[in-house]
Amino acid sequence: MKLLKCPINGTRPISEFIYGGTYREMPEHETVTDSEWASYVHYRDNAPGLKKEWWYHGPSGTWFIAERNTLTDEVKDTYLLNKLVGQESVK
Amino acid sequence: MPYKLLKFGLGREFNESRYFEDVQTPKKTYDVVIIGGGGHGLAAAYYLAKEHGITNVAVLEKGYIGGGNTGRNTTIVRSNYLTPEGVEFYDASVKLFEGLSEELDLNMFYSTRGHYTLAHTESSMRTMRWRAEVNKHVGVDSTVVGREEIAKACPQIDIDCSGHAPIKGALYHNPGSVARHDAVAWGYARGAARLGVDIIQMTEVHDIDVRNGNVHGVQTSKGYISTGKVLSAVAGFTPRITNMVDIQTPITIHPLQACVTEPMKPWLDTIIVSGSLHVYVSQSSRGELVMGSSLDPYELHSTRSSFDFVEGLTSHIVDMFPFLSNVKVVRQWAGMADLTPDFAPIMGKTEIDGFYLDAGWGTWGFKATPISGKTMAATIANDKAHELIHSFRLSRFEDYELTGEKGAASVGH
Repeated sequence: MKLLKCPINGTRPISEFIYGGTYREMPEHETVTDSEWASYVHYRDNAPGLKKEWWYHGPSGTWFIAERNTLTDEVKDTYLLNKLVGQESVK
Repeated sequence: MPYKLLKFGLGREFNESRYFEDVQTPKKTYDVVIIGGGGHGLAAAYYLAKEHGITNVAVLEKGYIGGGNTGRNTTIVRSNYLTPEGVEFYDASVKLFEGLSEELDLNMFYSTRGHYTLAHTESSMRTMRWRAEVNKHVGVDSTVVGREEIAKACPQIDIDCSGHAPIKGALYHNPGSVARHDAVAWGYARGAARLGVDIIQMTEVHDIDVRNGNVHGVQTSKGYISTGKVLSAVAGFTPRITNMVDIQTPITIHPLQACVTEPMKPWLDTIIVSGSLHVYVSQSSRGELVMGSSLDPYELHSTRSSFDFVEGLTSHIVDMFPFLSNVKVVRQWAGMADLTPDFAPIMGKTEIDGFYLDAGWGTWGFKATPISGKTMAATIANDKAHELIHSFRLSRFEDYELTGEKGAASVGH
């Protein structure tokens, strides 16, 4: 992967982007158990596959979601967060 | 030995025996199945057979032995870590490495060079002093040295790094060494096979049979093998194995790249590391400079290497050694590093009886090969974590007892 498409600025060189880790939903911190919280803090779905990830376009300060295959390094789609949180089920 | 060599040289037949029998078909049952025929898995098999008398062991390797991260690292062995538990663990490994050629009757080309971790800022000097004191406390030979000593030990270095990152000092670690990594895998494989271990290459594990929280066997590309104990020693493939048994880990996989230059006359007899410039370099016994850098910036389960890596690495190498600007890079490659958040490994028992983990080796696995084999063998044989690896247990994350080794990672990651 040498290029990535920022949803705002279009296709840009990968050197302009910073990887922000896999997208995960934070459990409700008022009600969560200690072990669920530890699991959220530390554990990852780390097997290869199509993942939703946080990416950051540095020059414009844009955080967005990329759907990327971590085995083949192919990006399926990039979009802003509101497209994702509008969806019913997020994993 | 010279007579044997002479006879060998003059002989018409070069019938040096194979290192180990190429077992094609696994037996139906083993006492222990080790997944992964790298240094760690083979060492565990060797020490299981030698020190615990458990010889009904299979090492399953989906490629060929030593073809993963064992053959992809930059071969540096050192113990100048930051935490006492880390220093003790790696120091035990250095001591085993020093006697490994005799132990396995195979020349490991183990070469003690001295290891300089350069500091370019006051804050990294502070970390160097910290590491030196922890090292001394545990009995490991590390000291902080100044610019003059570095310039004397390595006169080729541009001590001001072309002006923009002047070297302030370094952590000097006398036992720092390099070794021939392939020989480590071959030596342990031969040693284990001589004691009765089956090394089965080109055999992939598809699933692990767990019933009521107990391991019963493994499903492989060569059929089902029943066993009560499985050790996973697969580095970058760890998430795929832990998925089979539904164990969660904090491991993330990033490629770690390295490269070598064309061979040149010997000029660099120490190991030079710079955390700020993200490089480590040593000269191999063939004359090539073996160079590595920091991890690739995002998760990827692949061993592809990139131009960005060589470009970034060489620009920093030339900052330190300007005369290398005309030297060519002849080969580059990558391995899949299994990173943990605290830069320490994950070793020992798991919540599943009979499933043992030797993982989370990130960028620091090769130097730990002998001691990880020895401690994992003891852990499997006694079904109780060896005392040296207690701090590296998987449950430390849930207990929020992380190890805090990041300050001693060779380069800033």
